[in-house]
Amino acid sequence: MSTAGISTRDGSGATTARPRVFIVDDHGLFRSGVRSELGDRVDVVGEADDVEPAIALIAGCLPDVVLLDVHLPGGGGQLVASAIKAAHPQVRFLALSASDAPEDVIAVIRAGARGYVTKTISGAELVDAVHRVAAGDAVFSPRLAGFVLDAFAALPEPPRSRPSFDPELDQLTTREREVLRLIARGYTYREIARELYIAPKTVESHVSSVLRKLQLSTRHQLTRWAAERRLM
Amino acid sequence: MGDPAFPRDDGTVDRIGLRARGPRDRGPLRRRREDRLAGGVAAGLARRTGFDVTAVRLAFVVATVLSVGVMVAVYVAAWLLVPLDGETGPIAARAMTDRRGLAVAVGLGSLLVLVQAFASAFGTGWLASLAWPLMIGAAGLVLVWRNAPVDERAAIRRVVEPLQGLTGPHRRSGVVARLLIAGVLLIAGIAVLESGHESLAMLHPLTGAVLVIAAVVVVLGPWWLRIARDLVIERQARVRAEERAEMASRVHDSVLQTLALIQRRADDPQRVVQLARAQERELRSWLFDGRAPGTIEPGDMTFAAGVRLIQQEVEAQHGVAVEAITVGDCPLDDDLSALLAAAREATVNAVKWSGAPVVSLFAEVEPAEVSVFVRDRGRGFDPEAVPGDRKGLAESVRARMARRGGCATVRSAPGQGTEVSLSMPRAAGERQPSRT
Repeated sequence: MSTAGISTRDGSGATTARPRVFIVDDHGLFRSGVRSELGDRVDVVGEADDVEPAIALIAGCLPDVVLLDVHLPGGGGQLVASAIKAAHPQVRFLALSASDAPEDVIAVIRAGARGYVTKTISGAELVDAVHRVAAGDAVFSPRLAGFVLDAFAALPEPPRSRPSFDPELDQLTTREREVLRLIARGYTYREIARELYIAPKTVESHVSSVLRKLQLSTRHQLTRWAAERRLM
Repeated sequence: MGDPAFPRDDGTVDRIGLRARGPRDRGPLRRRREDRLAGGVAAGLARRTGFDVTAVRLAFVVATVLSVGVMVAVYVAAWLLVPLDGETGPIAARAMTDRRGLAVAVGLGSLLVLVQAFASAFGTGWLASLAWPLMIGAAGLVLVWRNAPVDERAAIRRVVEPLQGLTGPHRRSGVVARLLIAGVLLIAGIAVLESGHESLAMLHPLTGAVLVIAAVVVVLGPWWLRIARDLVIERQARVRAEERAEMASRVHDSVLQTLALIQRRADDPQRVVQLARAQERELRSWLFDGRAPGTIEPGDMTFAAGVRLIQQEVEAQHGVAVEAITVGDCPLDDDLSALLAAAREATVNAVKWSGAPVVSLFAEVEPAEVSVFVRDRGRGFDPEAVPGDRKGLAESVRARMARRGGCATVRSAPGQGTEVSLSMPRAAGERQPSRT
């Protein structure tokens, strides 16, 4: 699959240093596959196959980026993310999933992951996504962009029925919506920048702002999806 | 999201948005083939302004009476100067090069000037006031007649048919009989109206008017009937042509596509058999059960489910990944089924020709419209350089959207992939929040 903004030519200034990566997935075959695909362009510092060992090992080696499977035998990937985020906020998470269910994806994003890609992603795209997350940017797949547009549907919910309504957090700006639509249509950040006549950096800041809203908003759709994964 | 046909630096935008429906058409004024009685001016005006065509015609008639015929000249001038829907230039452009036609028109005009002179000499002022517009109208009609396409001539023939009946060789006896009867009725009617006999006083206006009207009906009745019949026949022919176009695009989508696939997979007998079977099933269900191939049945299915179905079918048939993303959902209606069929065609096209390993399919349901974007990162093409016989995009996607009032845009450049944008306005009656 294609993931927005993961071309190396995007001029994002992604770190040339090799980020330290930790892989959490319950399938050994998948872990070794990812490890070989990442090759020497990142530094794989460890891997784990379940929630408990993952929390212990990540706290021990404090990697730059954790590739986190959404489904783990001992619970969802969001358990790992929320446990680590509490103690070590500098560790960044990129969710990997074979599932396209919004409740899986949204739950792990709300637990603190900075992006989401599906497991069918190509090696080069995955490396790019890892660099992007390591640099503090958000990685949105077209699928995730679609979920967000769905959750922040055009019709604003009436504030009186939602005492916690925060217009800053609970609504997308027109520009953010445009950026998300183009991501969902399969555009890279660079192409979005050209399409909207803005700088690639600006595209990134829009995406980061959407990610923040995604994590903090109390919109019904988001809380419902998260609740279905028993996060809240 | 802005205009889907966002202009690009390299000028590779191919805008083919055709809004074929809607209460008002914002394009330039065009005479319309549909609904036309004579030149289609009233029908075109009705379309442009959004008024009912009958109301516009009545306005024309009233204006004709009030202006003592000037409106007739205006109408003929419009017939000459306003291009027919779908034609590039007005008839006047061609008429300017038609020397003989111009000569005839001038000749006819001067004849009418003579008539006018006589009429003024005898003091019939009302005839004189009619003569100018009639002269311009008749001269204009001659030019239209000589320079219009065949189907327009048929319209003029209808207009002047009563005159033709007088001079034509056939059915002359019938015409003479009708004229005799009409003459008797007319004289009787005028006699009654003018008569001063007391016993008839109460009946004057009614009987006289009835007799005069009867005279008009006897002369013009058969002509009116024929106009009505011709209009019905013409409309039926148009409907048949549209059905044929629809059928051609369906056969193209299903049978021709499968045949192309079979040619490409000729080295894989099992796959060929599989394709042929699937096509046979589809064709049978179309021919015998009336379920059209390439269309997704409205009813129990929603729009998003239809998009997913396209994804599954195309992936299964062509072995190329389709990443389908939908935002919002709504029930399917005929317009949205057509949109899905066009989206399917665009997706199949991308899968077959782009060479890209994955095709993105993004669909969004908004309160006012539903849009679909089909994007690939394949080899792309120059939209200007597509040969006319490549029916895929031209007929199936663009025309299908246009027939339903939608809009299709293709954006592509060699080496840069292709994006097809489709949008369909939602039926006003079914507008509802896009979220369920």
